[in-house]
Amino acid sequence: MKILVCISHVPDTTSKINFSENDTKFDTNGVQFVINPYDEFALTRAMWFKEKQGASVTVVNVGSATSEPTLRKALAIGADGAIRVNMEPIDGFSVAKELAEVVKNGNYDLVLAGKESIDYNGEMVPGMVASILDYNFVNGCIGLEIDGNEASISREIDGGKEVLSCSLPLVIAGQKGLVEEKDLRIPNMRGIMMARKKPLQVLEPISGEAFTEITSFEKPQAKSTCKIVAADNVDELINLLHTEAKVI
Amino acid sequence: MSVLVFTDSSEGKFKKSALEVTSYGKKVAELMGTNLVAISINVNDPSELYKYGAEKVISVSDDSLQTFNAKIVANIIQQVAQKESATVIIFESNINGLYAAPMTAVTLNAGYVSNVMSLPTNVNPFTVKSKAFSSKAFSTTIIKSECKVIALSKNSFGIVENEVPGTTEAFIPTLVESNLISEKIEQTTGKVTIADADIVVSGGRGLKGPENWGMLEELADVLGAATACSKPVSDLGWRPHSEHVGQTGKPVASNLYIAIGISGAIQHLAGINSSKVKVVINTDPEAPFFKAADYGIIGDAFEVVPKLVEKLKEFKANNA
Repeated sequence: MKILVCISHVPDTTSKINFSENDTKFDTNGVQFVINPYDEFALTRAMWFKEKQGASVTVVNVGSATSEPTLRKALAIGADGAIRVNMEPIDGFSVAKELAEVVKNGNYDLVLAGKESIDYNGEMVPGMVASILDYNFVNGCIGLEIDGNEASISREIDGGKEVLSCSLPLVIAGQKGLVEEKDLRIPNMRGIMMARKKPLQVLEPISGEAFTEITSFEKPQAKSTCKIVAADNVDELINLLHTEAKVI
Repeated sequence: MSVLVFTDSSEGKFKKSALEVTSYGKKVAELMGTNLVAISINVNDPSELYKYGAEKVISVSDDSLQTFNAKIVANIIQQVAQKESATVIIFESNINGLYAAPMTAVTLNAGYVSNVMSLPTNVNPFTVKSKAFSSKAFSTTIIKSECKVIALSKNSFGIVENEVPGTTEAFIPTLVESNLISEKIEQTTGKVTIADADIVVSGGRGLKGPENWGMLEELADVLGAATACSKPVSDLGWRPHSEHVGQTGKPVASNLYIAIGISGAIQHLAGINSSKVKVVINTDPEAPFFKAADYGIIGDAFEVVPKLVEKLKEFKANNA
């Protein structure tokens, strides 16, 4: 089984978000970049298929050379090879077109990705990749088993879960549940050393055209201060929620 | 030309978010000087949408669509969009909407923006504001393609009545093949889900253990709220993952969010800052949550929560 894991290179969850160039660009100054946490769930599940079922795992990122340390980290965790499509990502659709091309040319059976990236939160790329290729797609996946050419998949639905089945090829957009937090792996020294020797292929994009363009960013306005209510006066809280906030 | 909204439903009834997306779609159609068309699938009374501004409802009824198959639904939406010459297609940001929207964008070769938080700031070029960086920032985006797909962030526009004379048209779509089969649905019944709830009551490590969730559930019961938890609580296995809210968990966009024993890590606040009103109950006055909250009580949850439950019961009895 050939697995492709899509990796977004995103600011760490603790990052302060700032913008530069007159609020038109994300300010990467002092920002630590990591594997998108949702993609890390997908990568971790892929490692399981590699170890238990002999799958090969390739990771892919659409981005500039600055994403390479993030791809190397994925290699250190255990992926066999990496691909970087050399393009500054503009929007989800244009990234999905590049990824679909990589999937098609590499004949992957299973494409794993996180359901969203924590920078733009679009929740769109995996579904678009599947649609472009006319592959099956499951969003919000919380469980995945593969037996030969058949997949059994669980996805979260409002107030429960749905169990689905289909044959490969398949695109999965995963979230926590696909693996547990404790299953996540920190690369060890041997993994890091080996990662340096693993292949990282750089491909040129097929097209850089995008349908959408972000013209500016802004940050939410600072909040007014919190009204403190005395612990022995919950009546006051109820009153404020009823008459002032009007939410109960 | 028209504006098209996809309305999600369950057991023959529109979800609340369907009414919101219709209300929003009506305003977008007005801005563009055109009509609003809505698509409903297996809904008993599609005419309910006239009240929120749908001039026309395309009603699809088919037993094979009882479970949600995003590929088939996206293809139906494409058929309707072409039939109605829709140039803007709007989805709800709920589980099904976000599943079908990107697939629809591909079938229509359309630019797509999700997490849209307000009316377009301009219709030519079509410009929308959306949430990014887990709601730590907003971005303004131009969609340049002829056909545009957007997903409206939950609870960002509200349900607005705007009665219009409407018509309902039964539509029999061509169903595309899909070998993705729904085997079974496991539903936890009788509980308000985080996605649907107007009020969410959430607990953190400050509650000390899963055995102490009784008072939180009682509070949720009185308020008709959903229960949620912080990341450490779900990582420790005190509560299921489906209750984890925050940057890598569920986003919450409720009217009221009550955080009990949650310090307010930046990742947690990112997930909940779309909620309108936030209340924090915490022993530590230095907890970062107090900076994000509207109302706070500095105190021990084990004393404050039972009192709050008791007083809320009285309040509910008096205001019933």
